[in-house]
Amino acid sequence: MDSSRERLSKTAKKVHFELSAILRFALLAVADIGLIWFITQLMINGFFEVAVVLIIIVIFNTYVFLAPKAYPLRWMAVGLSALLLFAIFPIIYTSYVAFTNYGDGHLLTKVQALDQIQRELYLPEEGRAFEWIAYRSEDGEYLLWIKDAAGNTNLARQTDADEEDHILEVIPGENGIGELDEAGAPVAIEGFTRLNRILATTDTNLTRIKFGDPEKTIQVRSPSEAAELLPRYLYNEDEDTFTDQVTGIVYFERQGTYTSQQGRTLTPGFRAGVGFENFENFLTNPALRGPLAIILTWNFAFAFLSVFLTFALGLAISILYGDPNFPGKKILRSLLIIPYTIPSLITILIWRGILNENIGIVNTVLRDLINFSPNWTTNQWWAKAAVLIVNLWLGYPYFMLVTSGALQSIPSDIYEAAEVDGARGWNKFWNITLPLLLVAVGPLLIASFIYNFNNFNLIYVFIQGGPPIPGASTRAGYTDILISYVYNLAFEGGRGVNYGFASAISIVIFIFIALMALAQFKFTNMWEEVSENV
Amino acid sequence: MSELTKKTKKPRSMTQQRRLGIIIRWVIAVFLIFFSVFPLLWIISASLNPTGTLATARLIPQNPGFKNFQDLVGNPTFPFFRWFWNSVKITTITTILTLSLTTMAAYAFSRFRFAGRTTMLKAILLIQVFPNLLSIVALFLILTQFGNIIPSLGLNTHLGLIIVYLGGAMGMNIWLMKGYMDTIPRDIDESAHVDGASDWQIFWRLILPLLRPILVVIGILSFIGTYGDFIVARTLLKTTELYTIMVGLQIYTSGMFSQKWGIFAAGALISALPIMVIYLVLQDQIVGGLTQGAVKG
Repeated sequence: MDSSRERLSKTAKKVHFELSAILRFALLAVADIGLIWFITQLMINGFFEVAVVLIIIVIFNTYVFLAPKAYPLRWMAVGLSALLLFAIFPIIYTSYVAFTNYGDGHLLTKVQALDQIQRELYLPEEGRAFEWIAYRSEDGEYLLWIKDAAGNTNLARQTDADEEDHILEVIPGENGIGELDEAGAPVAIEGFTRLNRILATTDTNLTRIKFGDPEKTIQVRSPSEAAELLPRYLYNEDEDTFTDQVTGIVYFERQGTYTSQQGRTLTPGFRAGVGFENFENFLTNPALRGPLAIILTWNFAFAFLSVFLTFALGLAISILYGDPNFPGKKILRSLLIIPYTIPSLITILIWRGILNENIGIVNTVLRDLINFSPNWTTNQWWAKAAVLIVNLWLGYPYFMLVTSGALQSIPSDIYEAAEVDGARGWNKFWNITLPLLLVAVGPLLIASFIYNFNNFNLIYVFIQGGPPIPGASTRAGYTDILISYVYNLAFEGGRGVNYGFASAISIVIFIFIALMALAQFKFTNMWEEVSENV
Repeated sequence: MSELTKKTKKPRSMTQQRRLGIIIRWVIAVFLIFFSVFPLLWIISASLNPTGTLATARLIPQNPGFKNFQDLVGNPTFPFFRWFWNSVKITTITTILTLSLTTMAAYAFSRFRFAGRTTMLKAILLIQVFPNLLSIVALFLILTQFGNIIPSLGLNTHLGLIIVYLGGAMGMNIWLMKGYMDTIPRDIDESAHVDGASDWQIFWRLILPLLRPILVVIGILSFIGTYGDFIVARTLLKTTELYTIMVGLQIYTSGMFSQKWGIFAAGALISALPIMVIYLVLQDQIVGGLTQGAVKG
């Protein structure tokens, strides 16, 4: 009886196991096929970096879901894939961009840039010539009839005309073409007037218009001749140079730009490695170094003062109202926690209204009371004060919550022992409370420092980094911190975006953060905890 | 405990001393409360002020009314409720996906022992320290290229934004979740194993129901974080129709700021309210989660 039940349950388990295995294989196959199609498409479009990451993800997932050894990883395969694609790869990619000149003038890949330069055409003095006759429509569009030396005729539309075909056969009855004269040119075309010699030579537009398509472009060279345009720059693949067919100047590749010996350049340039140039710029270029020094100093001061002020106020509150018997404690905490409960972006916008220099409530009241109104947005010191005040408002509830928890965890017998030894008020605070508290909340202080070091929302939304630093070569302001400065460089540069330089600064920020984070982890002993954990 | 009371020199009875201390502390508290609550009062009053400009705003508006709230409805240039809906949709989907990814990964970290386990935990912790704004150029590029092939996954789509958010799903949350799971005795799953339950059954039927409190905390923190995100959404979304509420509200205030103050105030109040209610109702649970090391993001 017993053994048969056992056998039955074993069979059921086996069936269940096989079913789930089949399901797993099927899902994996579908996902892999989809991803491989996607990767192929990426490759075709020339997006190799992202394609490589996805190939890694496909291999990783296939391995994890097939190999029994990797079983635990199945539980986190999707999350790890997302982490790789949207957190790790962007960091690696940013590091790569930091060593290139990616930005305005260098946005394209080399293949794309070569293609564009080779499309540049010129009108040769020599070369294939055509007889021509022009036709003009009411609204100033032109058609050009051409006849080459062999006697072949064609009708060419303007290159910029919004039509499918730009070079047409001359067949009467098609495309509104009327009868042909003895030379083979249409006597009339529907909607167009045939220009006689005098009209055609006096029409100044005509010599400037390009006819035909990119493969065969024709331009009028003289009253009697039209000619096919030729590529202006000839590419030499072995030496990676361009030769100008008009002047004979040779352009060599220099850090993503084709440059002649005289220093003339071809556009567009392309993305190319520039070594440490962005980092050197960071240190040596006076136009960049000036604002950067100001920004860096303020960045550290801002982060430090923010942490210090929010921590001090938060701690003061939890000491003042820490007494569990304090009447109305619960309601007080609910009221004081309010800044924390509103999404910070919204309150930053509200503060922008409150501290508006001309019509904000604070300045209106101050003007009435003491006839003085601070320039919150135009004076750099008041602007810095305003940012700190708003950040104090935003940040103190967090430390109020954290420190009140930590204070309760300090055993009361320590205080009793200290009182026996004669310690009183402030003494007790400096020698017992604060050191013990700092051990408990130290990691949170570092985390808060990191957070404020990169507090982009506050700086950018509240004041846009302003007031502007005069003489800065890129957009920079007195309250800008590194991250908002980077954002301006990358996305809002009025004088062109510079991803390369922005990424170089990002790398510097990465390093700062990494160092602080490591300090934080050391502090918490989090890492030891993991290793010991059974 | 109460340093202030100790400073009063004259000998008094304990109750008198205590009462004085409480009065002084409440006086200070009034100032603090004023500082803390003022912006909220200010925005409530502005939202009820029918003149609607920053210049005419006062703390107690004349002829208060709900005109500003009515103006939010059916406004073609500022489709407020559209933005609100976008935010709720994006945030809810992101939160649910984050919770599932986190919980499953944390289960593996807590219950299985495998090579590279501690290294991975440390790496996850380190990676999430870097704000994704720093590598936004790369994120921008990835989505542009995705969009070239599958337009609904590219730049300026909600799906694209959600998958970018998911890159941050495996972070501090895994540590919180794993820490909580570690406190659930392993005897439970071992005895279930003996009874023939598979890992998935143990996870789904046994462990998951016990995780309710921490799921609430992580869910709320993740919801609030995503709901409040501004700059990633702002960089990746281009069309007004597709904006989230935070991007939209910021647009309200740029340009003709003082003219639109009333409508902005009404919108700000509506978008802040759900989060405020969640916080105040569940403050004890959230504080518990916070003090374990997460910083408001």
